Amino acid sequence: MIKEITCIGCPMGCRITAEVDGDRILSIEGYTCNIGKKYAQEELTLPTRMVTALMKVYGTTQPLSVKTSRPIEKSKIFDCLKEISRHTVMRPIHIGEVLIKNVCGTPVDIIATKELE
Amino acid sequence: MRNVDILIIGGGPAGLAAAVSAYEAGARNILILEREENLGGILKQCIHNGFGLHTFKEELTGPEYAQRYIDKVLEYGIPSQCDTMVINITPDKVVTAVSRGAGLEHFKAKSIILAMGCRERPRGSLATPGWRCSGIYTAGTAQKFTNLKGLMPGRRVLILGSGDIGLIMARRMTFLGAKVLACVELMPFSAGLKRNIVQCLDDYGIPLLLSHTVVDIAGRERLEGVTVAKVDPKTLKPIPGTEEYYECDTLLLSVGLIPENELSTMAGVKISPATNGAEVNENLQTSVDGIFSCGNVLHVHDLVDFVSEESAKAGVNAYKYVQGQLAEDEETLEVVNGFGVSGAVPQHISKKLDEPITIMFRPRGVYKDAKVCIDVGDVQAAEKKSRILTPGEMVTLKFTPEYLRKNANADKITVRVEAQQS
Ligand SMILES: Cc1cc2nc3c(=O)[nH]c(=O)nc-3n(C[C@H](O)[C@H](O)[C@H](O)COP(=O)(O)OP(=O)(O)OC[C@H]3O[C@@H](n4cnc5c(N)ncnc54)[C@H](O)[C@@H]3O)c2cc1C
Ligand code: SF4
Repeated sequence: MIKEITCIGCPMGCRITAEVDGDRILSIEGYTCNIGKKYAQEELTLPTRMVTALMKVYGTTQPLSVKTSRPIEKSKIFDCLKEISRHTVMRPIHIGEVLIKNVCGTPVDIIATKELE
Repeated sequence: MRNVDILIIGGGPAGLAAAVSAYEAGARNILILEREENLGGILKQCIHNGFGLHTFKEELTGPEYAQRYIDKVLEYGIPSQCDTMVINITPDKVVTAVSRGAGLEHFKAKSIILAMGCRERPRGSLATPGWRCSGIYTAGTAQKFTNLKGLMPGRRVLILGSGDIGLIMARRMTFLGAKVLACVELMPFSAGLKRNIVQCLDDYGIPLLLSHTVVDIAGRERLEGVTVAKVDPKTLKPIPGTEEYYECDTLLLSVGLIPENELSTMAGVKISPATNGAEVNENLQTSVDGIFSCGNVLHVHDLVDFVSEESAKAGVNAYKYVQGQLAEDEETLEVVNGFGVSGAVPQHISKKLDEPITIMFRPRGVYKDAKVCIDVGDVQAAEKKSRILTPGEMVTLKFTPEYLRKNANADKITVRVEAQQS
């Protein structure tokens, strides 16, 4: 299968074309530097993203901002968001506090990004 | 009337960084005035990550980045007054503010730092036909609704303009369960970062329609749909027959930011038509003695790290001014925007410059394999190669005092791009 990706390494935004067979990369073309090559390899094998989201807080309509402790598999983004939306937390909350451990069975946690007294 | 050595207007990243650096330089009589309930400025609502890579070598979210500076302000005990709106500044640095708690207050400042940030271009400036129905917001307003108030602006969304705020809201709205139909951009290129186009649009299959614009808006009470048409990339005029109707209840505008300089004008500060911000010299001092400007009110930045860096300089210089240590520059060279350059800051550089400074500007277009050059008079003093320049990313250049020695008779400094437009 042919896959097209845009490199985000710099504003050039090179179009990278790759031929893949399942998990195997047969060829990669179109990158102009090694950052692009490495990025493409990651994107083709296991793309990950940081997820930032909002969580409900008891006793207020104002949400708490949260993020994944590190990038999570791209395919799990929406499951991760669903799990976050099922949670409601109690104040006070401090930046960096772990609110959900091992979200969606991954080694990634959901942590607070805002101070709430 | 209260006396203050350094009065900072705006408690966003610019105001906070200026306060922290002024304190660290030795200033003790500082006051920050902020019209919102909390310090942090626009960062409070920017809950996505991507802040602080330069400053902290990690990727923080907006609130996390702001908190690092707020913590410093608290640690140093720098006074700040929130819920306080500054409504007037005079050229002799008397500042008037209003608040629920104290009513009308006057401050006499030895030095003022303007750090009011910017606002988004609203619908009115677009001249799109249609009723004034609800459902049309600037992207930043929608961001405030979702991220700070827990409200949902709508369910079927179209975005006009491809600025970073619009792109980021495309992803946020998708995360919150809305359907984002498309992102419509007038120019043949996006004003947003590649990273945001990939991670906010491509990831979720949201089309980016370049060389397109909104030509009509349907709905009287609530937005019902918008008509989008292709435009001629040369004239930017819609091409008849290319209209397409999108049924939606929400239109988000991400069509540019304007520095918020009404107060600066009242104080008599000269505004640059290229940046819509103050004209400053290498010390970030405006045309009014003792008034400094930094952050988005000076010129619109793309990275908060640059805001913090610039504002820290304003803080130190304001303190030097209060101490009477800031050299007056009788003789300055004007910084001229050459080919491909728009809004170079600072606009004036002293002939007696003794430390390296940074010049920032935005490229006018997309230039590949380009060179950015600095000319002193008609002598080229420096050049920096770049594989690509785009209007979405600010260019920073070092300017060192040695450059001035290359041409003692120069009357101006020109910043220009050498490249073929692509
Ligand atoms: C939506 C959005 C997304 C962004 N995303 C990123 C990103 O991913 N990465 C990144 O590095 N940068 C990003 N930026 C850029 C960065 O956040 C800004 O450049 C930075 O916040 C500007 O700081 P500032 O202090 O100049 O302005 P602001 O943060 O706007 O602060 C100005 C403050 O002044 C106050 N004020 C204004 N007028 C008055 C008055 N009359 N009296 C009292 N107070 C007043 C305002 O209330 C406000 O709090 C983003 C910006 C926006 C708007
Ligand atoms: S491949 Fe290299 S040059 Fe091309 S976009 Fe990626 S980082 Fe930039």
